[in-house]
Amino acid sequence: MKVLSNYLKSLFLLELFRGLSVTGRYLFRKKFTVMYPEEKAPVSPRFRGLHALRRYPSGEERCIACKLCEATCPALAITIEAEPSEDGSRRTTRYDIDLFKCIYCGYCQEACPVDAIVETRIYEYHFENRGESIMTKEKLLAVGDKYEAQIAADIEAQSKYR
Amino acid sequence: MLIDVTDAAGIRIPRFCYHKKLSVSANCRMCLVEVEKVPKPLPACATPVADGMKVFTRSPRALAAQKGTMEFLLINHPLDCPICDQGGECELQDVAIGYGRDVSRYSEGKRVVADKNIGPLIATDMTRCIHCTRCVRFGDEIAGIREMGATGRGEHTVIGTYIEKSVDSELSGNVIDLCPVGALTSKPFRFNARAWELTQVDAIAPHDSLGSNINLHLRGNKVMRVHPRDNESINETWISDRDRFSYEGLYSSDRLTTPMIKKDGEWKDVSWDMALEMAAASLGEIKAADQIGALVSPTATLEELYLTQKLMNGLGCNNIDSRLRQGDFRLDNSLKRVNWLGMKIGEIDSLDAALVVGGNLRKEQPILAHRLRKAALAGADIHVITPQHLELIYKSRQLICTPGEMVKHLAAVAKAAGVKQGGTIGKLLDAADANEDAKAAAKGLKDGDTSAVMLGAMAQSHPDFSLLYSLAATLAEATGAKLSIVPAAVNSVGAQLAGAVPYLQAGGKPAESTGLDALGMLQQPCSGYLLLGVEPGMDFHNGALSQTALQSADMVVAISAYTSPELEACCDILLPMAIFTETSGTYVNAEGAWQQCRGAVKPQGEARPGWKILRVLGNLLNQQGFDYTDPGEIGEELRLLCEDVSLDNKLSPATDLEPRLGVDGLQRGGDTPLYATDPLVRRATALQQTKDAGEAVIRLHPIEAERQGLNSAENALIRQNGYQATLPVALDDSIPEGCVWISTGLRDTSMLGQPFGEVTVEKA
Repeated sequence: MKVLSNYLKSLFLLELFRGLSVTGRYLFRKKFTVMYPEEKAPVSPRFRGLHALRRYPSGEERCIACKLCEATCPALAITIEAEPSEDGSRRTTRYDIDLFKCIYCGYCQEACPVDAIVETRIYEYHFENRGESIMTKEKLLAVGDKYEAQIAADIEAQSKYR
Repeated sequence: MLIDVTDAAGIRIPRFCYHKKLSVSANCRMCLVEVEKVPKPLPACATPVADGMKVFTRSPRALAAQKGTMEFLLINHPLDCPICDQGGECELQDVAIGYGRDVSRYSEGKRVVADKNIGPLIATDMTRCIHCTRCVRFGDEIAGIREMGATGRGEHTVIGTYIEKSVDSELSGNVIDLCPVGALTSKPFRFNARAWELTQVDAIAPHDSLGSNINLHLRGNKVMRVHPRDNESINETWISDRDRFSYEGLYSSDRLTTPMIKKDGEWKDVSWDMALEMAAASLGEIKAADQIGALVSPTATLEELYLTQKLMNGLGCNNIDSRLRQGDFRLDNSLKRVNWLGMKIGEIDSLDAALVVGGNLRKEQPILAHRLRKAALAGADIHVITPQHLELIYKSRQLICTPGEMVKHLAAVAKAAGVKQGGTIGKLLDAADANEDAKAAAKGLKDGDTSAVMLGAMAQSHPDFSLLYSLAATLAEATGAKLSIVPAAVNSVGAQLAGAVPYLQAGGKPAESTGLDALGMLQQPCSGYLLLGVEPGMDFHNGALSQTALQSADMVVAISAYTSPELEACCDILLPMAIFTETSGTYVNAEGAWQQCRGAVKPQGEARPGWKILRVLGNLLNQQGFDYTDPGEIGEELRLLCEDVSLDNKLSPATDLEPRLGVDGLQRGGDTPLYATDPLVRRATALQQTKDAGEAVIRLHPIEAERQGLNSAENALIRQNGYQATLPVALDDSIPEGCVWISTGLRDTSMLGQPFGEVTVEKA
């Protein structure tokens, strides 16, 4: 009996038509292709993209050179050097992230006690020369300055889950 | 105490105020444990062990007590671990992980304490203080000066100096290690690195003669800080500030990083090959072998000293000396032995009496002074013959006299001890007045089971050191005391074993012919000199003479880690040498212990380890036996030579020596300040900001100043043996009348002559 049923199924290409019916259904549905780069996919506030260093509203750098991000980084992508600043506070003199080493795990952001280092929603960036993959303190602060409003909103949105 | 027993058994009890080297104060209450049949938990650090005692260190009751204490301690402790330098190596952090709650129940205001500026070495953050009082007890019990204290009570307790002042103890850096939290941290290291970034390497501190055991903390190829390494027989758990903070000098901007030669008065960087060939050629050119002199630093490694000696020997002379600050070499011919401390370092603790002649041990060898303090606390009778009133950390009787009278005073003690002797010593004894002080000193030495006569740095740089030595030797013999010639630097004993003194050959055996000594080489200038790790002017007994003699030489080759205006003026070839952290080497300390360490970091620039430079020089000069591939071979070769040598201060006393330093007229006295002893420490920036760095001033007693018509803070012109300098005047009643005090080892006093001698001063 079973042999007969299988024979008929294959004779009339039953499974082929069942599959084609799915194709046919989607052919007439509303399309959800995103036309990147003209269109962008929605991004979660938890997205872990390019890094940024933030400042306080007063313009003072948040980073206090505690080096917890450096210690926690599983890819050893962060290099920090520090010394007392002019006003005697603890500040970095060097804060480098090697984006080729970085695995975008977000541990640095988790470790930071002052929300200084964050991973932003930015995922569109490229390098044209060797060495540009190293985000220096100046570059990171510039990113932070530019996207502060977005970063602050994302952190706010996430605050209740942390 | 209970805590010692549990520590020995490997049972961990949390604690803050307890420290094995300090007294028990039991004020942090962190070590509470439950003891059977005792109604309340007891502090383990203050509970004696008894027979049949049953202790529970982790019972619910003990844990509850410990957690309660922790919660109270954390009430006022700020949550600033991310910016705290102690973060990662903090005892409070560690214990809070085990015994703290994750959420604080305390919502009231926290205590805030204003920070104090206590000097250039220690940074304070007193809000973090948990009042364990380790630093207070350290000052009281170890350093011997009560600089820190607790004022106020309860919540208002504040640790500080009470009035705004710096902490000036030469052991002060140890409170950084003692502080269990981040209240006291290292200022030069402030915010530089985290504990978890550092790797630890063993080393030997290259300053005082103890060779304190240290750990270098490195990040990458850089020494970030220095910590003590426990060695009960040498430095216990402490190190002096000089050993702790001198690492800053490693990265001084005047490190010599390429070989340089002087051509037509201009310095040029050259390749190693060229520099070494030129050095060898010019040393080989000097035909008369006794026209070469080698002046070597006693802070160099044993290997470097031995190879220099071997090189000089190969060239056919014994003109080599490491006793650069010694003022009198008349005993060299009768002295054919290796001088040393005269006892084990640990034996100082149990001395019953000591007579220190011309030595401010506290400012020469801080850990030795701490040892002597231990003896004094145990009741030792300590007398000091000194040309300057000393602020000591132990009870002592000081016989203060002008430099010229030191011999007289020592003779008086010898006379009181009943020394009989002919010759010059006899004459001195006859002339001496055995007064009460002298009798007391002699009685102490005689009555003590173990006593010592110690000759310090000022005695060694005295122009009548031979007389002081002879008198001390007879005195020691008559009283049964040990005789101690306190070695000046970390390898002073090693230098003698390596033959880097004119009267000894390698292995500490008497040389066949005595070469020129450090002073002789300068007084009868040689045509060529080889300098190893020394700086003309600052590292010599007679600063001015060293500069003129070296400048007039045809050829000076310096193997040095640093360059300086003095070196550039005197030398023709500069060869960059690796410094103590960068080269393997052996140090033989005051008690004759051989201590080895390995290079921890790469030499800076093109600098090479000293032994490699000397090896190549030896080969280029066609010397035999310079084919070493490893510094271990050099050390081993010397060790075999030294197998049957014994360290010995005995002396057949001089009979025909006349005192050279008069007792009339105005005399100069001079010490080498604690932080001016060697090129490395002179470049340690933080140490140079402290009081012990030394000032280029003329210090004299107010009465003497009046006699000379001088006032404080004005400039005076000082003349000494044809040399002169203009220096500011400072009044200081610790200087005896008839004496002006000008330190050596400083750039601004290096144009003057020897530290002891006749001078005239007048208003500038």
